[in-house]
Amino acid sequence: MLPYKNYSEKFLLIKEGKLSLVENVKFFLSEIEKKKNLNAFNSVFSDDALIDAKRIEEKIKTGEHGKLAGLVIAVKDVLSIKDKPTTCSSKILKDFNAIYTATAVQRLIDEDAIIIGKTNCDEFAMGSSNENSAFGNVLNPTDITRVPGGSSGGSAAAVAAQLCDVSLGTDTGGSIRQPASFCGVYGLKPTYGRISRFGLTAFASSFDTIGPFATNVEDLALVLEILSGKDELDSTSTDKVVPKFSKNLTLDNKIRIGIAKEYFGKGISPEVKDSIDSIIEKLKENNIEIVEISLPHTEYTIATYYILTTAEASSNLARYDGARYGYRAAQNSNLPDMYKQSRSEGFGKEVKRRIMLGTYVLSAGYYDAYYRKAQKVRRLIKNDFDNAFKNVEVILTPTSPFTAFKIGEKTSDPIEMYLSDIFTTSANLAGIPGINIPTGKNSEGLPIGMQLLANQFNEMDLLKMSYFIENKIL
Amino acid sequence: MNDKYEAVIGLEVHAQLLTESKAFCGCSTKFGNAPNSNVCPICLGHPGVLPVLNKKVIEYTIKMGLATNCTINQRSTFARKNYFYPDLPKGYQISQYEEPICEQGHIIISLSGSSEKKVGITRIHMEEDAGKLIHDHGFETLVDVNRCGVPLMEIVSEPDMRSAEEAYQYLTKIKQLVQYLEICDGNMEEGSLRCDANVSVRLKGAKEFGTKREIKNMNSFRNVERAIKFEINRQIEIIEDGGTITQQTLLWDADLNEVFPMRSKEEAHDYKYFPEPDLLPVIVDEKWKSEIEKYLPELPENRKERMAVTYNLPKYDAELLTQSKPIADYYEKVISVTNDYKSASNWIMTDILKIINEEKIDIRDFPVAAEDLGELINLISDGTISGKIAKEIFPAMVIEKKKPSAIVKEKNLLQISDAGEIEKIVNQTLEKNSSEVQMYLGGKEKVFGFFVGQIMKETKGKANPKLVNELLSEKLEALKNKIIK
Repeated sequence: MLPYKNYSEKFLLIKEGKLSLVENVKFFLSEIEKKKNLNAFNSVFSDDALIDAKRIEEKIKTGEHGKLAGLVIAVKDVLSIKDKPTTCSSKILKDFNAIYTATAVQRLIDEDAIIIGKTNCDEFAMGSSNENSAFGNVLNPTDITRVPGGSSGGSAAAVAAQLCDVSLGTDTGGSIRQPASFCGVYGLKPTYGRISRFGLTAFASSFDTIGPFATNVEDLALVLEILSGKDELDSTSTDKVVPKFSKNLTLDNKIRIGIAKEYFGKGISPEVKDSIDSIIEKLKENNIEIVEISLPHTEYTIATYYILTTAEASSNLARYDGARYGYRAAQNSNLPDMYKQSRSEGFGKEVKRRIMLGTYVLSAGYYDAYYRKAQKVRRLIKNDFDNAFKNVEVILTPTSPFTAFKIGEKTSDPIEMYLSDIFTTSANLAGIPGINIPTGKNSEGLPIGMQLLANQFNEMDLLKMSYFIENKIL
Repeated sequence: MNDKYEAVIGLEVHAQLLTESKAFCGCSTKFGNAPNSNVCPICLGHPGVLPVLNKKVIEYTIKMGLATNCTINQRSTFARKNYFYPDLPKGYQISQYEEPICEQGHIIISLSGSSEKKVGITRIHMEEDAGKLIHDHGFETLVDVNRCGVPLMEIVSEPDMRSAEEAYQYLTKIKQLVQYLEICDGNMEEGSLRCDANVSVRLKGAKEFGTKREIKNMNSFRNVERAIKFEINRQIEIIEDGGTITQQTLLWDADLNEVFPMRSKEEAHDYKYFPEPDLLPVIVDEKWKSEIEKYLPELPENRKERMAVTYNLPKYDAELLTQSKPIADYYEKVISVTNDYKSASNWIMTDILKIINEEKIDIRDFPVAAEDLGELINLISDGTISGKIAKEIFPAMVIEKKKPSAIVKEKNLLQISDAGEIEKIVNQTLEKNSSEVQMYLGGKEKVFGFFVGQIMKETKGKANPKLVNELLSEKLEALKNKIIK
């Protein structure tokens, strides 16, 4: 067990000499070793982490330290760290070492966080169960016969199993919020453009975001604060002012909560619904205004999402062709053959499915019917949220219709698998922030998650309401 | 060309922009560095990298748009052109597709017989270059990524040209403009200017276009003209023989002077264009546009006008001197030293252009500095040397790269302008050639030239011809009067 609830407690313990950072890192390393069966990590940087721990412990003692000094962080294996493996859990990048460090990771390092390793995930962040990793499934720490969710399954499991303090995941359609829900931890997807994507291996560039997993809202807010802000290396990152999220978590302004009927329809498990209903009741009891809203284009989110993200993915994954780096098939007789063989052998089934789908929707003769139309629907979905946020500050939904399912349960039916993201993809289509709050457990002891959404760049209200729920409702 | 038919030609010109750094990363664009040395994770297309647009690329393209009378779109967007090739690290080229930055412009080209023609510009857009494959390395093919991401500007013309000559003139005009704007060095042989041509033929007077064929790989201005001429004649032949033209992509073979079809596999491309999600739309507001417009360098038409008027040059001279910016620059440097504007023009148009055309060199590499040519012209006009001597000195300036005054001194070529000295020589000459003097006095005045020749021979060409003429006439006139008296 860890002797602290959040980072500010941890920092104080280290500062007062009551906790050795080196011992703390050793503890995590031994836990990682002990819980190897979870398969949460693709690589562990034991030596580096211990050296860092020693160095940063000194810095804490002298008082010259960064804002995350000693925070132990695991990073999803789609983010580049110089000279470290960056595999994206794919055979095609199995032996690939990044030659530069992602901006997000660099900002953590610059604040004296300790990067303990890189976490397993669905191949190129494509999946909802972590069953698409070339390096095997990640197991759910609550029930190892079940999936941890995906695609950031390793990052969610690592925090849930106490293999690190905080982790970074990426969220293109729910890949932070859904596994956070399945593993029972907090996970935040920021506004698109809030955090630089430089160094995040692209899946769907206009959807991809980076965000933290943590056991508490305070740590989420703190890490978000560090990660946020304009990066000259990412043209889509914004120079919007970054609020001091971690210092302003108290609910001191009126935050109205919207409930959209479209998010409570059929397909949602009764236990999930009950858990969320009881939260809504308690919120009412605490004088939080609950407003019924409508997001009329909700039914088109999954279709729109899969047309646009696969289109972008088909282009983003073209660079893995065996020509310059990564996997090259041994047997090939000419250039087209080298491409075909390398990509056929290097990519997994789901990645190939999405590349084919994306190539199809961008093809001459189909572009207008699929890609262009989906772009228009994306605009309509965004408009839905714009309208809704005229009347409420946050929207409350289930994170996923169900709790963690059994390994192998949905692998034969991609559509069924895609539905586990039915409540999360809309935030990526609209570019708005969202968070998973663990609300409790079902009768089998499996975590249930609730999602809050807010308008673009309103992470502050999102975090305030989450903090309120964490401390006053749960 | 068969009189029954007319050709319809449109050109797509790619111009490599002279920016210091690449279009989407900070790497140098310097040509000739060691292979794969001007590279970074971004232009290498490593996982997770993102493009950031070089502002200079926008500015340069807007300059070209303004110089070609285009509409500069307030909003333009980038798109991805997707295809697999080893010289394309990302598997797509960042280009502009549905919303280019410049549209609907035109340029005026000059044709033989001093007629002019307006050629429409459909669009000008920004994109990035690909790398280079090196095949002459045994069984292996090597990739050089240095050129990846070097900014290009693509200029697409309307199908307004009707002959290979017009295409040639259009291309020459484009080269002239990019050089004047100093946004591209315009060198086709080195690939900084590239041209693809769409060619079709139709019966004269027909409204419909024929089926077009695209010709690629023409690496010089002359080859563009030759390839188009070749293709026009071939298409006419096919039609005359009762055949039909099929759409094809052709490659020009400069050695054989022929075009050959590309393998059909290579041309069966569906580029699957879609908006580039990693780049924001390019917004050009009025303020930025007018700022660029304000600092637009003088364009060839304006310079021609100005030079003709200011230096009192014939139109023909002004046209020829402004054809290329470096030549016009050279001229204006010469006349910063001398006031003899017309002489300066004559020297450049005859002596210098002859050498640089023969040697195929750029005037910027011409060994005689403009200031030295100016000095040479001054030596003539102030009577220090004769024009004849100047023509002798000039080759020495080219070869020995010496200042004209130094050569004059070294070879003792100073003109004899001392009237007393020349008078002496005139007298001697007349004395020596008394029979010719008698002929002259008898009315054969053509002998005058003979005397001049003798005097020049005597002085090794150094005598001031004006003084010689004056003194000689004076003397002969005096002799004539003597006889009459």
